[in-house]
Amino acid sequence: MAKRVEASGVTAYYGAFKAIDDINLIVDPKTVTAIIGPSGCGKSTFLRSINRLHEVLPGARVEGKLTIDDENIYEKDVDVTAVRRMIGMVFQRPNPFPTMSIFDNVVAGLKLNGMRRKSMLQEAAEKALRSANLWDEVKDRLNKPGAGLSGGQQQRLCIARTIAVEPQVVLMDEPCSALDPISTLAIEDLMFKLKDRFTIIIVTHNMQQAARVSDRTAFFSIERTGDPGRLIEYDSTQKIFNSPSQKKTEDYITGRFG
Amino acid sequence: MTAPAQAPAGQNRALRGRRTPVLVLVGIAVVAFGVSAALCYGAGIGGWVLTIVIGLILYLVGVFVAVGRVEGRRAARNRVWGTLIQLAFVLALLPLVSVIWTLISKGTERFDLNFFTTSMNNIGARDPEGGAVHAIIGTLEQVGIAALITIPLGVLAAIYIVEYGRGRFTFTIRFFVDVMTGIPSIIAGLFVLSFWVLIVSPWYNNGQPAFSGFAAALALSVLMLPTIVRSTEEMLRLVPAPLREGSYALGVPKWKTILKVVVPTALPGIVTGIMLAIARAAGETAPVLLVAGGSAALNINPFNNNQTSLSLFVFQQASDASRFSPARAWTAALTLVALVLILTIAAKLVAGRNRIRR
Repeated sequence: MAKRVEASGVTAYYGAFKAIDDINLIVDPKTVTAIIGPSGCGKSTFLRSINRLHEVLPGARVEGKLTIDDENIYEKDVDVTAVRRMIGMVFQRPNPFPTMSIFDNVVAGLKLNGMRRKSMLQEAAEKALRSANLWDEVKDRLNKPGAGLSGGQQQRLCIARTIAVEPQVVLMDEPCSALDPISTLAIEDLMFKLKDRFTIIIVTHNMQQAARVSDRTAFFSIERTGDPGRLIEYDSTQKIFNSPSQKKTEDYITGRFG
Repeated sequence: MTAPAQAPAGQNRALRGRRTPVLVLVGIAVVAFGVSAALCYGAGIGGWVLTIVIGLILYLVGVFVAVGRVEGRRAARNRVWGTLIQLAFVLALLPLVSVIWTLISKGTERFDLNFFTTSMNNIGARDPEGGAVHAIIGTLEQVGIAALITIPLGVLAAIYIVEYGRGRFTFTIRFFVDVMTGIPSIIAGLFVLSFWVLIVSPWYNNGQPAFSGFAAALALSVLMLPTIVRSTEEMLRLVPAPLREGSYALGVPKWKTILKVVVPTALPGIVTGIMLAIARAAGETAPVLLVAGGSAALNINPFNNNQTSLSLFVFQQASDASRFSPARAWTAALTLVALVLILTIAAKLVAGRNRIRR
């Protein structure tokens, strides 16, 4: 079910400013890929171009080809909402919908896309919450507001919400940067578990995290401020962290820069 | 083993201060007001207002000196400023309390069944009966129609400005909405008079211009619309972008995101804005006078014939020479305030059900 993501010549602009230039990489299904790099190098921009979420900003556009299982999502007649239903996203700060209960939050993607049957919604909610390791903690208070949970629980709620719609690819933009170490560990365990069902691409500032959770790692960087971000090296995590082939990568990994 | 070092006694005292006993403050107040009263009434220079003012000044000076001696200069300044701020609060509250008190004490005289079930039809200057049912119906219908027109228009316009608008056109809309918030109500009345009453209404009335409750509703709409647009716009802008992005990321189309995520989140604020607009409209007298004409009899058809409203009724009764009119005016004023209050509470309850309590 999980799909293959292939980027060819992806270049993204915010108005006249070129944010990333000529990104080429292939992500295999059912793997975890980490994108690392210094601030401002376009990691989040690239991630958001995968589910076409950067388009909500006025003046933003993408050139190049991005295919999900050989279907280019940037073709003229592609339905953006269908793309986004297929590719889920978890954000840096947990963003549960404040006017909805925990249950409504988890099934929001399903309900707002037309699913009405109570029984199906309940089944889907339980499955998603169990997959997100949150079921035991919230099963007795599904009607309480989603915003009443702790940070780590809220983030797991957002993950449950994302996987409830059964996407093919799950994107995570620094999902643990707003959380404490225990919650971070819980989410990293979750990523291991979810790997079996989805293709996961995660942007992270934390190199130890990238080394722990990912199968392959992509290193992005920029020459100077104002330059577009480029993909410097993309290889198996083992290789990137132990014997990178680019000097820039090695400098970054060992902390000599960025 | 050496004895543990003792902190010098002076250092310990620095953390704890002495507090001025409350009795001292009360004593200062008594002395201050006593002296002031003696001064004003004794020397005959003023009445109770001057007594209070001088008393307050003396109290503040006394507090500053006393607290300064006991607790220090900083605490003294703090105390004086604190007292001044509390005073400002009381002063700000006084008009409100005064209005409510006057309304209630004077308005209950005619707060009877007769007032709410009869109009001023066939009531002469010597008749003590007569009521405001026609004015109440008028206000409800006019404000109701105005709300029906402006709430959808205003909320949708605000949604357009915030969610879809780009560039010059949106800027122009916002500019003109801002200008419209400042239109005096009588100008709105004149506009509807010249446009609707004098030009459009003759088409439906055999060539004769006609007043109507609907014309008043139009004038009230002109006044309500900018308020609703602006406040809804502000509330929608307050909804954080990550919330919208979370919905888009689930593959929810834009219009559904706005309808099911953004607007419900902003709803309490939007309702407040709407209630403010309604409260303002319910109290407007000039437009109703100009285009609805006023009426003594009950007219439940807002599209045909003169109508009056509670605010216009108050104005007319207050200027009326009959000795029974002032009581009616007061009761009508009380009714108007109570009406808006009930509407506001009802609206808050409806909107509050949307927000889940923790």
